[in-house]
Amino acid sequence: MEFFSTDIVACPDCDLLQRIPALSSGGAACCPRCGRKLATCNPGSLERTMALAVAAAIAFLITNLEPLMGLSLSGREASTTIAGGVRQMWVQGERITALLIALFAVIAPAMQIGFVLAILLTVRRPPAPRWVGALLRWVEIAGSWSMVEVMMLGILVSLVKLAAIATVVPGVGIFAAVGLILLLAAMSSSFDPREAWSRVRWVNGEGPQRTRPPAGADAEEARR
Amino acid sequence: MTITARTAMREGFVACDACGLLSRPAGAEEPGRCPRCGEELEFRRRDAIQRTWALVITAAICYLPANLLPILRTTTLTSEKTDTIIGGVVRLYTSGSWYLALILLIASVMIPLAKLSALAYLLITVQGASVRNNRERARLYRFMEIIGRWSMVDVFAATFAVGIVRLRPLLSVAPEPGVLFFSAVVILTILAAESFDPRLIWDSSQGKQETDD
Repeated sequence: MEFFSTDIVACPDCDLLQRIPALSSGGAACCPRCGRKLATCNPGSLERTMALAVAAAIAFLITNLEPLMGLSLSGREASTTIAGGVRQMWVQGERITALLIALFAVIAPAMQIGFVLAILLTVRRPPAPRWVGALLRWVEIAGSWSMVEVMMLGILVSLVKLAAIATVVPGVGIFAAVGLILLLAAMSSSFDPREAWSRVRWVNGEGPQRTRPPAGADAEEARR
Repeated sequence: MTITARTAMREGFVACDACGLLSRPAGAEEPGRCPRCGEELEFRRRDAIQRTWALVITAAICYLPANLLPILRTTTLTSEKTDTIIGGVVRLYTSGSWYLALILLIASVMIPLAKLSALAYLLITVQGASVRNNRERARLYRFMEIIGRWSMVDVFAATFAVGIVRLRPLLSVAPEPGVLFFSAVVILTILAAESFDPRLIWDSSQGKQETDD
């Protein structure tokens, strides 16, 4: 099978063939036809992402272990964690919703952070084993289902609603969740999957190669 | 832009959906597997239009019970009442938090509707081989992918209300079936957006003039 230098790509959104030009630090290449961002140049991306992923893992643990909010009414008190909300949903019969909430708020972010860490550790010494490719695919999927920021807005909504009938107190978990949202966003934007893919051993055993002459395709150069 | 665009498919190449590697496939019928990551190669997502339509229609059907059925039941010593999505929005508005009411109205009511109409519009224009407003349609698709998740806000809010308000018999909150339908709408619209192939927007332009730009 014939394949090309990884500098030549087809835009995932419109299939236009083009060459990724040499980018300046912090620069990005976008598809000239549809505007999709195709590549970013992010020197030191692997190290920075590693630091952010470790911080995100810590914030994730605190978010999940500490109560998100407390409530008191006529001398009685209650508080909840993410797991507490999921458990009550399950107990009260909304099992599918409980599973979805667990998936979006706990499992997907955990996979996102855990897989990024595993990828970054293994690609430090290329070529990385092939299963790293599977993790790279899963990071993308987990990222699209991880909804910590949506959960945060949901918590705020229920805090405001409950404040009308009882005294509500934000818990430690809520502040950790804010940190987690920021760290997850920073982690995903600094993570460069193209760089990681270029260090993974190929299924056919021929790669990774950094340079290989393009086989005659005259690609358009992406403009900033 | 009046030139015929050189797309991978037109030149006989295929880009891997998983890792992005461009390669020349084994054959046009059976493109084979990606030499880098081993994923099965496809020129376009399989049955994208049929699958997206099926998911859009199912989501539209679930949208009705999601909005008509109550999502929460609040029980106090003296009263018991249920809330629909709209009921919750109205309650927030009358209790003075109009900004939260607005957020919920956008997230729970308008985003799913906008997403369903946008997908239907993209599907119809692709099926009609439209070559107009390609860039805008591409942008619409990307925007929809980003905003879709926010309609989950009300389900999260309900979950935390249910999780924390366990002060029986003073005050307790329990979920109602509307929650299930509402989550179904969110999931189905996300899956619908994922099964659509944005490259189809551009395919009709092959060999014709692109009328935008």
